[in-house]
Amino acid sequence: MQTQQELFAAVKNSIPVMMGYVIIGFAFGLLFVSFDYDWYLATVMSIFVYAGALQFLAIGMINAKVGLFDLAIASLVVNLRQSFYGLSVLRKFKSSGLFKPYLIFALTDETFALLTSIPEKQGLSAKHYYFYLSLLNQCYWVAGTTIGAVAGGIFSFNTEGLEFSLTALFIVLAVEQYKNLKSYLPFVIGAVSAIAAYSLLPVDRMLISAIGFSMLLMFMLKKQIERQVRATIDG
Amino acid sequence: MDNFDILITIAVVALANFATRLFPFLFFVNHEPPAVIIFVEKTFPPIIMTILIFYSLKHIDLSNAPYGISEISAVVVTLVIHLSLKNYLVSIFTGTLFYMVMVQTVFVSV
Repeated sequence: MQTQQELFAAVKNSIPVMMGYVIIGFAFGLLFVSFDYDWYLATVMSIFVYAGALQFLAIGMINAKVGLFDLAIASLVVNLRQSFYGLSVLRKFKSSGLFKPYLIFALTDETFALLTSIPEKQGLSAKHYYFYLSLLNQCYWVAGTTIGAVAGGIFSFNTEGLEFSLTALFIVLAVEQYKNLKSYLPFVIGAVSAIAAYSLLPVDRMLISAIGFSMLLMFMLKKQIERQVRATIDG
Repeated sequence: MDNFDILITIAVVALANFATRLFPFLFFVNHEPPAVIIFVEKTFPPIIMTILIFYSLKHIDLSNAPYGISEISAVVVTLVIHLSLKNYLVSIFTGTLFYMVMVQTVFVSV
């Protein structure tokens, strides 16, 4: 194989993601079959959707029989952050040819983090390296999901409380975002919107209405947020 | 729900997800995104994360014993572990394990 070195670099750099994806994928597979769905549907979902937090969220919404339209809106908004990942790697992916559609499809939080935080070695073919890295990460995720879904069908696990892994993931992501942004206002807006939607509206409308409230608040407080962000950058 | 319904649902989520990843490549290939997009880019993700934390805890019961102690303490544990060890895997793993032990052994619901 002519791109052995690229593959080797991708394997080496993706090891931290491997551990995460296998474990979280396993938890997802386990949770999926705990709703009595067939195991292979979990694998299908991890191949075609391939978005950790969204998959956890969607499986809960499927189980709660939320309509397809609400599910589509929730998916768009929840994964909107990924649009912004794309903005940062536009130039990186520019000359990746036939690999480009897959690279775009496979741009998860973790792949994005690896692509943007690890400096590339000189002399490697960038597009092959990106492709192997993205593909390996998805393989870890699909493998973890499948093992979890199959294991969940064979052994009986007491999965009560396993759904907290999603909450924990959001907490970790929020902390990381605070480190980048250094403004507490978005977190206040999010909390206020969520609590308002929870107390004023039926629970199955909570996510959509909280998102609506928060967008309104975000634009109303645009000046204050920008001032806070600027102050921390200057200071 | 039968398997066909689930496959349809998976297809909808898959398309929506791919759309969010494809969006910038369709619109901002040759020019810089406008200032308002950059503002939303910075501000919206932390808002969404905060909403999702609350949303994922929507089944919390604050008005009856044990008053959401399991949820609140698990959130605190996850936060403290993450702030001190800074390893997202360890934080998620420990927080979830802590919560599972709380709901399965400490405050068993009947």
